Amino acid sequence: MAENVTPRVRVPATATAGEVVTIKTLISHRMESGERRDEAGRRVPRSIIHRFVARFNGETVIDVAMEPAISTNPFFEFDARVPESGTMTFAWYDDDGSIYEEAREIVVE
Amino acid sequence: MTHHRRTVLGGLAAGSAAFAAPMVMAQGVPRVVVVGGGAGGATAARYLALESGGAVEVTLIEPSRSYFTCFFSNLYIGGLRDMQSLGHGYGTLAAEYGINVVHDWAVAVDRDARVVALASGASVPYDRLILSPGIDFKNGAVPGWDVTAQDDMPHAYRGGTQAELLKSQILAMPEGGTFAMIAPPDPYRCPPGPYERISMVATTLKAMNPRAKILIVDPKEGFSKQALFEEGWQRHYGGMIERIGPDFGGAAVSVDPAAMRIDIDGIVEDVDVCNVIPAQRAGRVAHEAGLTEGDWAPVNAADMSSRLDPAVHVLGDAAAQGDMPKSAFSANSQARVCASAVLGALTDARVFPAVYANTCWSLIAPDDGVKVGASYEATEEKIARVDGFISELGEDAETRADTYRESLGWYDEITADMFG
Repeated sequence: MAENVTPRVRVPATATAGEVVTIKTLISHRMESGERRDEAGRRVPRSIIHRFVARFNGETVIDVAMEPAISTNPFFEFDARVPESGTMTFAWYDDDGSIYEEAREIVVE
Repeated sequence: MTHHRRTVLGGLAAGSAAFAAPMVMAQGVPRVVVVGGGAGGATAARYLALESGGAVEVTLIEPSRSYFTCFFSNLYIGGLRDMQSLGHGYGTLAAEYGINVVHDWAVAVDRDARVVALASGASVPYDRLILSPGIDFKNGAVPGWDVTAQDDMPHAYRGGTQAELLKSQILAMPEGGTFAMIAPPDPYRCPPGPYERISMVATTLKAMNPRAKILIVDPKEGFSKQALFEEGWQRHYGGMIERIGPDFGGAAVSVDPAAMRIDIDGIVEDVDVCNVIPAQRAGRVAHEAGLTEGDWAPVNAADMSSRLDPAVHVLGDAAAQGDMPKSAFSANSQARVCASAVLGALTDARVFPAVYANTCWSLIAPDDGVKVGASYEATEEKIARVDGFISELGEDAETRADTYRESLGWYDEITADMFG
């Protein structure tokens, strides 16, 4: 697992049925592109998060393929309609095989 | 510049007291007391002594015998200045300008009797008082942090000792460790200062501890010169610096100095160094004097006089004046306007119209300097921004090196303007 990776998500705790809510995610990750060279001129190996998926009660909300050009500490903001109470899950897939996961409950009042 | 007050007094004092002084003074020579020997106070004291030719008596009250500038202390953290080069004494102001330099704390002001009380128990009477007390930190601004924790989690936001402590902690970080900064909410001293500090911490870590991580926890949506800093951080320190803004809990942070732990809205991080720069307010004596509304002391733009007492002027970081950022450059600019106004009120000296300016330089990496600045005018309502400038993204290395050299020249000029 890459070092110092901290996923952060901001999800409203409550919503009304059918409301469109804004979700923000931020993950600390160096996103080493594989193109950079170190001081000795050696290529620094690629190490990025290559996929990000958000699901609500198991249903995919977004599924993003990420490329080496994406900058350090990827940030996503997206809107989602919330039909009922449930769990929003988030997963980031690292080149090294690690999967970083978070989950948040949303209560529909 | 040599200036012998007593010699000049012989020629001028009788004349100015008899014919020119528009106010009735308790004694022959009007007394100006300046509290605080930083960029505002030292400049004001020096100009008053210099321009009055002995027609006013100037007392400067400043607890430090050696003043270590807060400006440029980030360059010390980046390894580009030694601490010695940031220290200045008041000997020249006393010996050559005839200023009565009193190393003591001003603790209270009796504005009816026009007397400043000192911590030693002594008191100093004034005809005009100039307060330039800088900043204090607001109690409870960062839950878990107070002055007793500043050795574990330094603020390093007043020059000298704390900067040395912070740097020693950075040098002692374990390989791949985490440096965290709790950034302050607006308004605060030196708006780009925390981000220049991040740049200089990154310069030091890149050379000594390249796998280290820098985490900024910030209650603000944005900050001064943000685009310039972020471009530079990506270029010089790719991947090292992460900023958590209010979107992700940057305004809901608490610290545990004993455990070296920070809690960002429920996410706990272990850190190796934590630089806590708390929310700020005017230096205590401004509050004790009853000259503040909220956190700061409101002033009139034309002469920096207090809106609550025309016999008192407030300069620099402590003043609520309008559009100028809280910076040494601003305080120095305000001090010149104030000195002219005070001299005009106490003697027949000509008063120059109030014109203000500011420039804030920041160093993103060695020889990669940027700046932002503006000119200002006095309106009824406030000191109002007229026009300004800012470095552009993607400037070439030569331009950036020129900007850095310009800042070195400024440091020499302002410290000469303050300390003679």
